[in-house]
Amino acid sequence: MTTSPYEHHEYDVLIIGAGGAGLRAAIEAKQRGLSVGIVTKSLLGKAHTVMAEGGMAAAMGNVSSEDNWQVHFRDTMRGGKMLNNYRMAELHAKESPDRVRELEQWGALFDRTKDGKILQRDFGGHRYARLAHVGDRTGLELIRTLQQKVVSMGTDVFMECKVLQLVHDESGRIAGAVAYWRPTGEFVTFAAKSVILASGGVGKSWKFTSNSWESTGDGHAMALWAGAELIDMECIQFHPTGMVWPLSVRGLLVTEGVRGDGGVLRNSDGERFMFNYVADMFRAETAESEEEGDRWYEDHSAGRRPPELLPRDEVARAINAEVKAGRGTPHGGVYLDIGTRRSAEYIRRRLPSMYHQFMELAGVDITREAMEIGPTCHYIMGGVKVDADTAATKVAGLYAAGEVAGGMHGANRLGGNSLSDLVVFGRRAGLAASDYVEGGAGPSGFNWGEVESAVARALAPFENEGGENPYDIQRDLQEMMQANVGIIRTGSEIDLAISELETFTERVKNISVKGGRAYNPGWNLATDLPSMLTVSKCTSRGARDRKESRGGHTREDFPKASAEFGTFNLAHTIAGGAWDGEITTERSALLTMPDELKALLEEGK
Amino acid sequence: MAEVTMRVWRGDASGGNFEDYTIAQNEGEVVLDVIHRIQATEAPDLACRWNCKAGKCGSCAAEINGKPRLMCMTRMDELPEGPVTVTPMKTFPIIRDLVTDVSFNFAMAERVPALLPPPMPEDGYRMFQEDVERGQEFRKCIECFMCQDVCHVIRDHEENKQYYAGPRFFIRYAELEMHPLDQNDRREYVREDMGLGYCNITKCCTEVCPEHIKITDNAIIPLKERVVDAHYDPVAWLGRKIRRRTKRTSAEAGVQPTP
Repeated sequence: MTTSPYEHHEYDVLIIGAGGAGLRAAIEAKQRGLSVGIVTKSLLGKAHTVMAEGGMAAAMGNVSSEDNWQVHFRDTMRGGKMLNNYRMAELHAKESPDRVRELEQWGALFDRTKDGKILQRDFGGHRYARLAHVGDRTGLELIRTLQQKVVSMGTDVFMECKVLQLVHDESGRIAGAVAYWRPTGEFVTFAAKSVILASGGVGKSWKFTSNSWESTGDGHAMALWAGAELIDMECIQFHPTGMVWPLSVRGLLVTEGVRGDGGVLRNSDGERFMFNYVADMFRAETAESEEEGDRWYEDHSAGRRPPELLPRDEVARAINAEVKAGRGTPHGGVYLDIGTRRSAEYIRRRLPSMYHQFMELAGVDITREAMEIGPTCHYIMGGVKVDADTAATKVAGLYAAGEVAGGMHGANRLGGNSLSDLVVFGRRAGLAASDYVEGGAGPSGFNWGEVESAVARALAPFENEGGENPYDIQRDLQEMMQANVGIIRTGSEIDLAISELETFTERVKNISVKGGRAYNPGWNLATDLPSMLTVSKCTSRGARDRKESRGGHTREDFPKASAEFGTFNLAHTIAGGAWDGEITTERSALLTMPDELKALLEEGK
Repeated sequence: MAEVTMRVWRGDASGGNFEDYTIAQNEGEVVLDVIHRIQATEAPDLACRWNCKAGKCGSCAAEINGKPRLMCMTRMDELPEGPVTVTPMKTFPIIRDLVTDVSFNFAMAERVPALLPPPMPEDGYRMFQEDVERGQEFRKCIECFMCQDVCHVIRDHEENKQYYAGPRFFIRYAELEMHPLDQNDRREYVREDMGLGYCNITKCCTEVCPEHIKITDNAIIPLKERVVDAHYDPVAWLGRKIRRRTKRTSAEAGVQPTP
């Protein structure tokens, strides 16, 4: 091997991302005695996982003894509008109880039932009370528990280190990655026998988003450039309840737990409008009147669930329709009211961080006033196509888990299924990558040409004079994607986005950055933009080709789901792997579900 | 649209100074919004650390008009008229501008002896809400490290850092001490190696905690009481002299603190 001109490290397993999936994968590989390196763009413990509020879904049956993995599987598939990789949904439903319980061995402290078991709460789309939780800060509990476990195992963590590109060996197997340290701007290379992508989502390409600066789709883009396939990229979840005012916090998440705990949605006429938006698929299990819905809160056997707790895609579309029909609030949202329905003491105990968030940022006391909320870009269901059992991509040695992986959630994710996804498939990725390393099929060599081209591309904005400010490009991109590939889409706007994205590609090649390489956010953004463009292109192409409405993809010009489109995913590849290379989009048939699982979906329809 | 002057410290480990930016300010904005506007317009290389912009990740701590605050949770309209001063946290070495090197905290985290639970029963552990609540208060910590920043044991005494874990880790030790499942015993270790005795309970840490954790009253004072009980109890002292301790110390625990 050539000596690296940069700082160089070697690992059995390299993990990109330090959220729930990356940390869970690291624990698994460390337990096998392998050397593990974790690379993260931020400090350890700051990953987007901390933003998860409501809980993690696992059919433990601690609150509703009728619950079991079969019902959880059914809820997940129906919520995903049957576009899911059924095997992932099956493994997830079967394994998440064990993954929740093991967290307690590592120090997690979930809220309890009266008899000392883990307490579970109701959430949209879940038939039974299923979400293990800690108040409204469950994601923080998950990340802290995994972080403390990983640290106690003596794992190497590279903080504030941004991976630019994956590196292959001569035969095309994954051999590592090239990155730079944000504090110094110095490059660093990692030779690794296997790489696990656990890099989270893409939401920063939209203007109103609950996602942090980190969610730029780095892992999605790097996987595509490295030869893997992306699927379902058009399926993006717009969470129904984001803050809409003040403008500076527009998009900030308001947990679904507000509705789980009794909050209701009203339009400017004061009407609980969700009763007008119950799709046929959910009619049998949804309350018909306000009285029935309210009875359910008191006693789940005395009525059916209120329509405010339908899956997120249904609620987001309904809010959008109300605002469009002129029944919105002064700031363009609808009202979420819990203050008139629950006592102040109850609200402050059950939803402490929501109470503070509104009090401190909006000056609104949610125990007395209604919140103004509207849909916000929240989560991408689509991602790297993986094998369900092993999280393996089609590139040898490359694995993907968590939000960066596609398939588990189909066209729409149920609340609470993300945290459990992270630990179920984080563990499976760690296991499979370890098996691969121990099987000796790892890389031979390290393609230094790929390193040099990634470094040259990263440094180009320093040499370019008089070019564009990366912040201007990012702002324009966010506005363009929000306007043309947002919550409700139409063919002509999507076509416009696709042609605009080509213009953005040229603009990104003409970026100039000011200042040095040490902790320079302008430069950091310049290195994120190629990923943001790559995922935006895949999302737009998927949105163009999926001529139907399904889950997190709604076409005004094709408002119904089509049986034909329900049989395949749209898969994207880039031949040659150049970041600005031509993307190919093809239909990829869904896995065929075994009859015994099909039967589960029919039950209780 | 109102305008505001932001007086931001710019520089690195070799030195720096204040730069003034007079910039637009909109209704309802927080300090981080205005810092971001400076980045997007006048100074794209202005370094600041942030992630969630919702008070949940603890990345954006800085000193605003001299007081440690989260930039994302400090509304501009609650600050007094006149220029707003923004400086990096003082206790940690500067990387650049508003970004400090907080690795001291991660080094201290590595030295925490891990939870040592009994084997898990088939259907999971049983714990009760009143028992987990004490630890849950401390697990609200978002690791903004403002309590470490404001703690005068290390704020003005760099040399103390090697002997002193600081309030963030005292709540971690308290949480583990009070954890219903833990069988480890870190009391002597917290006294001897983590410098619990240096804290003279001035409550500066409690005052700045954005999660309103009662660091001093609920963690440090009870921890001090337990440590004193263990160390100065004559029966325990005699016990240490004449027989092997029944409870494990950190050194004997499954996971050792790294040197």
